[in-house]
Amino acid sequence: MAIEYRGVSKTFADGTTAVDAFSLRLDSRTTTVFVGSSGCGKTTLLRMVNRMVEPSAGQVLIDDVDVATRKPVELRRSIGYVMQHAGLLPHRKVIDNVATPLRLIGVPRADARRRAHEAIEKVGLDAAIATRYPGQLSGGQQQRVGVARGLVADPNILLMDEPFGAVDPIIRAELQQELLRLQRELGKTIVFVTHDIDEAFLLGDRVVILQTGAQIAQVGTPAEILAAPADDFVSRFVGVDRGRRSLRIQHIDGRQVVVDGDGRPAGVLT
Amino acid sequence: MTWFEQNQSYIWQLAVQHFWLSIIPIVLGFLTALPLGWIAARHRRPRAVILSAGSIVYTIPSLPLLIVLPSVLGTSFLDPINVIIALTAYAAALLVHTATDAFTQVPSAVIDSASASGYSGWQRALTVELPLAGPVLLAGVRVVSVSTVSIATIGPLIGVSNLGALFTDGFQRGFTTEIVIGVIAVVALALVLDLLWVGIGRFAMPWQRVRQVAS
Amino acid sequence: MSGVIPQSWDWLTDGAHWSGADGFPHRLAEQLGYTALTVSIATAIALPIGLWIGHTGRLRGVAVVVTGSLRALPTLGVLTFMVLWRGIGLTPAVVALVVLAIPPLLAGAYAGLESVDRQTINAARAMGMTEWQVLGTVEIPLALPLIIGGIRSAVLQVVATATVAAYIGLGGLGRYLFDGIAVRDYPQMVAGSVVVVLLALILDAAFAATQRVAQNAAAPQ
Repeated sequence: MAIEYRGVSKTFADGTTAVDAFSLRLDSRTTTVFVGSSGCGKTTLLRMVNRMVEPSAGQVLIDDVDVATRKPVELRRSIGYVMQHAGLLPHRKVIDNVATPLRLIGVPRADARRRAHEAIEKVGLDAAIATRYPGQLSGGQQQRVGVARGLVADPNILLMDEPFGAVDPIIRAELQQELLRLQRELGKTIVFVTHDIDEAFLLGDRVVILQTGAQIAQVGTPAEILAAPADDFVSRFVGVDRGRRSLRIQHIDGRQVVVDGDGRPAGVLT
Repeated sequence: MTWFEQNQSYIWQLAVQHFWLSIIPIVLGFLTALPLGWIAARHRRPRAVILSAGSIVYTIPSLPLLIVLPSVLGTSFLDPINVIIALTAYAAALLVHTATDAFTQVPSAVIDSASASGYSGWQRALTVELPLAGPVLLAGVRVVSVSTVSIATIGPLIGVSNLGALFTDGFQRGFTTEIVIGVIAVVALALVLDLLWVGIGRFAMPWQRVRQVAS
Repeated sequence: MSGVIPQSWDWLTDGAHWSGADGFPHRLAEQLGYTALTVSIATAIALPIGLWIGHTGRLRGVAVVVTGSLRALPTLGVLTFMVLWRGIGLTPAVVALVVLAIPPLLAGAYAGLESVDRQTINAARAMGMTEWQVLGTVEIPLALPLIIGGIRSAVLQVVATATVAAYIGLGGLGRYLFDGIAVRDYPQMVAGSVVVVLLALILDAAFAATQRVAQNAAAPQ
């Protein structure tokens, strides 16, 4: 499921231009990460794919079909969506929360619950939490449930809007690894939004660095961007100009220690 | 409208009585609710009791309360003091909820830093928490003001004269105009009081007038 | 006045006051009847409008102004005006009671919907729920405590105003108050008042319990 943005723009009612003539083709079965500071338009771009936001100009296409020609409700039922704070229904049990996308497309309850159980285990959660309510779960658990819900209908496209932003760093690292494992297994077309460049480099097959108005500062694989930043903005954003990413080798006690620009050790060459 | 012109001084008299019958309970109710709300915001156990008591008092219908009060308090049946006490009770009951919310929403970070800076308990309550609770308190006073002016109109039913007399008199004489004028007068009085509270609010909380820059 | 309380008790327990058209059971039934009728009509009017306003977010400013204005109208004024305008009888009185009961219902509905977390609604839409599904499966269940709170306020409001409506000829428990006032029959007045107060407290407690049930269903911990 390839996604394509063609000359997409979005100006909101209050006059702000969130997206200005954005064009990009996202390959299927890859993870594309939109990264940039707050207000650069990355979330707006994401939400155009499932028509939560309608472009003021241009088109968004999925497999060469303009999403504007599809009914929003039907379109959204075919796409998985994971957001910050999970957005779980607090008055429904976890199992019913995860099963909801299936129930929406008419899957019988017993079937839906069975598949929901599978999804819950797939994201690394204990089956026992299925009968609990979201209010009884930790932030990290809620986020995993959110991911399970996004995957349960086996959509080809998964939209993720800063899904790990609200949990603490240790949980975030776990969730990121979980996502990488899932992607190796499932091969979805993932569009991921974050403001954290490290997360973008960790998760993205392709990283799109954005400036205000969704202007593309650079597109490429993490290695390409690090090796050849397009301009000063990208260098600063990625941290190449600072000590952390400028690594060199120091010889200490016969070992080759990798140190950063400030002389702090980052690792050892093996 | 000539009836109106003929009876302007009568209506004005009623309005003045209504004004006092309203403003005293509002002020007394506010002064009663303020410390109760502060306590309820800070301490869990008293909060349940205070808020429940407030709810129960507010649940009691007005006319029955006015009738039962003299027996309970030992006052004379026709004494305006009954109306003032009943209205004060309602005002306090409503404002206790508002005051609790108002003090609860004062950011604990601000309270902490005030304590750390060396403010004593009283100082902190009066000079830090009260002003920050101000906007919510003001909103509550405005709501209570409208309902007090409205409820007071049943005074004439037990012989306490105010603008409500225009309704009872108009009804007994079958004179619709008098009733309409009465409604307009009551609403007008409520508006006047509202402007008074807003004015006091502007005076007491000048920082609210400045447009917030940082958010 | 000190004799009034035991006298009222005597009045209350006098068997003669428990039968016939002017007996407690009948008057209580009338009071409950007016209340049920008024609240049903007012709910049928105010709830759909309030839900629409809360769901779409439109006309909220208008709703706040209308609610505030209706709340400012003095009960006695509206009652006496309606009766003079349309004549004595059940209909004008009920119309007046309905108008006065609308504000809490309307406010309960749109405030209830507004209290629902926007993120939850967002996620529901993004999953592909239709607007009706979002309203029915997400917004209303989560808004239910506040909606019930609005109904609770309205019921108490109507019990109180129906009591005053005895002044314009309506039946119900208010009859004891006004008949008593007319002839300075304190025991009757006080007895009637106590019964009204008890009715209000009982209804309030019942609704409070219902609200707690809805609250637990909306956010199970």
